[in-house]
Amino acid sequence: MKDLIFTIETNKKIAKNTYEMVLLGDTTDIKCGQFVNIKLDGFYLRRPISVCDVEGDRLTIIYKVVGAGTEAMAEMGKGTQLLTLTGLGNGYNTEKSGDKPLLVGGGAGVPPMYKLCRELVAQGKKPSVILGFNSAEEVFYEDKFKALGATVIVATADGSYGVKGFVTDAFDMVDYTYFYTCGPEPMLKAVYNKSTTSGQFSFEERMGCGFGACMGCSCKTKYGNKRICKDGPVLEKEEIIW
Amino acid sequence: MVSLKTNLCGIELDNPIIPASGTFGFGYEFAEIYDINCLGTFSFKGTTKEPRFGNPTPRIAECERGMINAVGLQNPGVDKVISEELPKLRKCFHKPVMANVSGFSIEDYVEACKKLDKEDIVGWFEINISCPNVHGGGMSFGVSPELAGNVTRAVKAVTTKPVIIKLSPNVTDIVAIAKACEEAGADGISLINTLLGMKIDLRRKKPVIANKMGGFSGPAIKPVAVRMIYQVYDAVKIPIVGGGGVSCAEDVIEMMLAGASAVEVGAANLVDPYACKKIIEDLPRAMEKYGIKDLKDIIGGAH
Repeated sequence: MKDLIFTIETNKKIAKNTYEMVLLGDTTDIKCGQFVNIKLDGFYLRRPISVCDVEGDRLTIIYKVVGAGTEAMAEMGKGTQLLTLTGLGNGYNTEKSGDKPLLVGGGAGVPPMYKLCRELVAQGKKPSVILGFNSAEEVFYEDKFKALGATVIVATADGSYGVKGFVTDAFDMVDYTYFYTCGPEPMLKAVYNKSTTSGQFSFEERMGCGFGACMGCSCKTKYGNKRICKDGPVLEKEEIIW
Repeated sequence: MVSLKTNLCGIELDNPIIPASGTFGFGYEFAEIYDINCLGTFSFKGTTKEPRFGNPTPRIAECERGMINAVGLQNPGVDKVISEELPKLRKCFHKPVMANVSGFSIEDYVEACKKLDKEDIVGWFEINISCPNVHGGGMSFGVSPELAGNVTRAVKAVTTKPVIIKLSPNVTDIVAIAKACEEAGADGISLINTLLGMKIDLRRKKPVIANKMGGFSGPAIKPVAVRMIYQVYDAVKIPIVGGGGVSCAEDVIEMMLAGASAVEVGAANLVDPYACKKIIEDLPRAMEKYGIKDLKDIIGGAH
């Protein structure tokens, strides 16, 4: 964990209520599947946001405007400095993926799949990606995943783009050895029930500190109580209790 | 050279800064990022006789200049605290620590304190009396002078270390409760615990926190804390551990002027994991600014 100043390079809208922010700073401590916790002027607690990508000194995050804090973030311009705790959470384990990992992201759960996909491709694996959104206007990053060389299927709940339905409706279209998923809890549960292999789930919870001190985001697992922020956010399929 | 040293119930502290229970775990999470031996001491995670998972999530809500938590005293229980947490703590902390103990009956407090009293690293007890009494219809021990006195007497009878009672601010007369604890043999008073609060999510039109209500902490509660420390200082002779919204060196000075011998830092640790270290390092500057040479000299100075 490091507490560092990052500087906004770009901050732009990429889909309905969805923004991509590129930050410049010391990214050496950041791993795939982790999150950062950002201090915003005028707000007491920090904002935990998943890591979408890291390349050199560039950290990319994608956030949805869901409240006053993210509304303020959407207004921020190039050059704004943000105090950011990095290196938070356990991240994904890519060693278990097999040759044909499946990556399933829903809405604000899509971003962490991007760096994961890039790493899996770099390891010579052939990932398939299912991206789920409510409607066409919310879709983002389809082309970026395709550019990595992944097979990409987009599902929209209202059928306005891609496959009509939920991410699990696209499962039968792919052959996979293992899976990774991040998204709203009902989607994670549906993936849990639909999947036929082992896999890793990235969870979201309201957090106090983000680094394991306050017990604000605890959950029960088959292997005892875990803190989503410190022992997670990634849990293995075998340990989850719904 | 300024002096940051203070004394709490006969034990000298290098400085008055004490991370508050529930915001610092058992110390080792923070020891990964700085040497926690720079602290005066710290109050470890509230420990109960039996293990507790605590409340359902969401347990946290952000508010203006503060936060609400309803963690619900999640802890592994006193036996595992002794067998698993304290050995890890001993590796990174070499000063007496404050053992924070909660209970839902007098017997709960007694059993947990008896066991912890034997641990050499425990320097003080901090007894949290804000939790509901299961034999009292859920009413907190901390709202009645009689119940607060009963807990104090029972814990004093089974312990050899100084016993500090942490008071709830959610009462009509904090002074009467502090006096009852002193009369029952308490060695110190700690205040304030969190203020009962609620936040409603306008989108869902429901309370944010699953438990509906929780403890409000952060800079917004500091004036309430300063007022209560000031009132209690006038009424008791035993030392006071002050706290409530402390975030900077100036806040520490204010708490001590109100009557605190040592000062707890709570929610600030969650926003900035380096908060306590920064406050300790900044205290000499703030003391110089306000013409203070020895922190001990200003305790109760505002009276």
